[in-house]
Amino acid sequence: MSAAVIRTLGLGKTYQTAAGSFPALQGVDLSIGNGEFVAIMGPSGSGKSTFMNLLGCLDTPSSGDYFLVGRNVAHLGRDELAALRNRCIGFVFQGFNLLPRMSLEDNVALPLVYAGCRRDERRQRARRELARVGLAGYEGARPNQISGGQQQRVAIARALVNAPQLILADEPTGNLDSHTSAEIMGLFTDLNRQGISIVLVTHEADIAACAARQVRFRDGLLVSDEPTSRETPC
Amino acid sequence: MLKAMLGEAWQAMGANRLRSGLTMLGMVIGVGSVVLMLAIGQGAQYSVAQTISTMGSNLYIVISGSTSAGGLRSGSGGGPTLTIADAEAIAELDGVANVAPVQQGTQQLVHGPNNWSATVVGTTPPYLEARAWTLQSGYPFGDSDVRAATRVALIGQTAADNLFPNEDPLGQTVRIRQNPFVIIGVLARKGQNLDGRDQDDTLIIPLTTAQRKVFGNPFPGSVRMIMVQATSAEAMPAVEASMVALLRQRHRLREGQDNDFFLRNLAAAADSAAETTRVMSLLLGAIASVSLLVGGIGIMNIMLVSVTERTREIGIRMAIGARQRDILAQFLFEALMISVAGCLIGLFVGVGGALLTNALTDMVIVISGTSVLVSFAVAAGVGVFFGYYPARRAAALDPIEALRHQ
Ligand SMILES: Nc1ncnc2c1ncn2[C@@H]1O[C@H](COP(=O)(O)OP(=O)(O)OP(=O)(O)O)[C@@H](O)[C@H]1O
Ligand SMILES: [Mg+2]
Repeated sequence: MSAAVIRTLGLGKTYQTAAGSFPALQGVDLSIGNGEFVAIMGPSGSGKSTFMNLLGCLDTPSSGDYFLVGRNVAHLGRDELAALRNRCIGFVFQGFNLLPRMSLEDNVALPLVYAGCRRDERRQRARRELARVGLAGYEGARPNQISGGQQQRVAIARALVNAPQLILADEPTGNLDSHTSAEIMGLFTDLNRQGISIVLVTHEADIAACAARQVRFRDGLLVSDEPTSRETPC
Repeated sequence: MLKAMLGEAWQAMGANRLRSGLTMLGMVIGVGSVVLMLAIGQGAQYSVAQTISTMGSNLYIVISGSTSAGGLRSGSGGGPTLTIADAEAIAELDGVANVAPVQQGTQQLVHGPNNWSATVVGTTPPYLEARAWTLQSGYPFGDSDVRAATRVALIGQTAADNLFPNEDPLGQTVRIRQNPFVIIGVLARKGQNLDGRDQDDTLIIPLTTAQRKVFGNPFPGSVRMIMVQATSAEAMPAVEASMVALLRQRHRLREGQDNDFFLRNLAAAADSAAETTRVMSLLLGAIASVSLLVGGIGIMNIMLVSVTERTREIGIRMAIGARQRDILAQFLFEALMISVAGCLIGLFVGVGGALLTNALTDMVIVISGTSVLVSFAVAAGVGVFFGYYPARRAAALDPIEALRHQ
């Protein structure tokens, strides 16, 4: 295992609600090395999404420290966090989260706009990523003209376009049927083989089986962390 | 980057055409009315300035008092208090350029079958110079004509058009009270005066002839009115003071006695007319600006709605790396695009409206490059100003809150 992409120390998140403060995540210590494929599992409400949002620098922890590629993100400002999300992390969401008014190519190229790339370079790289997820020829289509599985591929292409080290996927197959899920998981496995670290939340054991390592949460606590047994191949 | 953002702003505007169009309409009406009102206001200012320039500069009119006019003292029981000798004495004062005694009234002019009523002005040669009035053709009468009371006349354009519809008035004869006058000159066109009277509906004849043949004067040597032109605007106060002192002395008025003449400062009247139109055009502009303001508030309203509707989109953009200034710029661009597009259309509408006003009424309109530029700049400013608050709200959104937004 090479240098850690992710390292959390006593990471916690407490939500302030009308009913009082609610600790959604408590004291999580986790280290994920470069090139790892980790599945996060656990019952609903156990804090998986909360943890993912912290890993993605979308939310700030209430306690503990989080080091992303060696940097303590607690000391970064909003714009630095945005730059970090832009360059180091690719997000894949359960609900795809494509922008409906834009063509697929423009959707995929959007992170490059914020990275300050020139137009022709954006175009070229977006087309390459679309081809990489098997959607060459769909550049001009709109998100509502393609299937859910294809939309998730576009989202993956968008996550990949700025060549991140890490992909965070929160239930990426949650809205897909099992056949399409298998295709998407194949794509993730491929990407992982190419050296990209992947952290993926799922409820399903066969999806989690694609990962080399499985982490379990319960009631905001990290309860188990073990390698996938090789008897149940992906 | 800039181009990508402009493209996106364009797309966003196109995504809800009706809404963008209606928002734009607010700007169209705002800018259109500002341009139109400025055109009308500046037109009014222009035509007043034009009128003032036809009046002659640095002018005073001294009007004689009489017992019938507001209880002013009169030494000679109802006759005018001013005399031609007064006029000659005023002409000797420092700072006085031209002095012309004037006797005028409306008379019936007759030429063959044509009959026309016009203002007949009896005066002396300096009158034309004082009023900066040139001849279109012919020549003016001289001092010898005044001395000899010859029956010569200079005719204004309106009177000429009506008396001599198809012929050259030069050398023709008009009759006033059976007296034939030979037209020796045709006056250049002047247009209306500040009171709206047509200055070209006139006939100018020697003062002596006017008094003897036309108006009849039971008080020889007296005159109703004297026109006095100062050499410059700066000289006017001094001229006014010395003129009053001179006339009081000549009329033997004791200290504490009222003047037996009126002094009217035409330059001051012109200034106040110019000031009035200036205030009017300012007021028009101010009223029109209110609609521009309303248009701007419309933009703000729509942008706020748009930010709320697109909260999730903002969250997605932030997740993939948009900084606060990127989101700010995006919404600011959209507001700016709506306001600038509305402004461009508004300019056309305003200019069109001004041209239409000009075609349908006889109102003078002036569309100046500056007023167009200024309203354009103001509209762009309105877009930025009213777009800034919604854009800042968008940029200040918390990434995770925005992403969770349904
Ligand atoms: N913004 C919030 N404010 C208050 N409480 C929250 C908020 N977000 C999450 N929670 C609470 O924190 C707990 C953990 O939520 P989280 O979304 O992390 O669960 P999860 O493991 O992702 O569940 P699921 O499998 O259903 O997605 C839940 O009990 C939830 O009610
Ligand atoms: Mg979740």
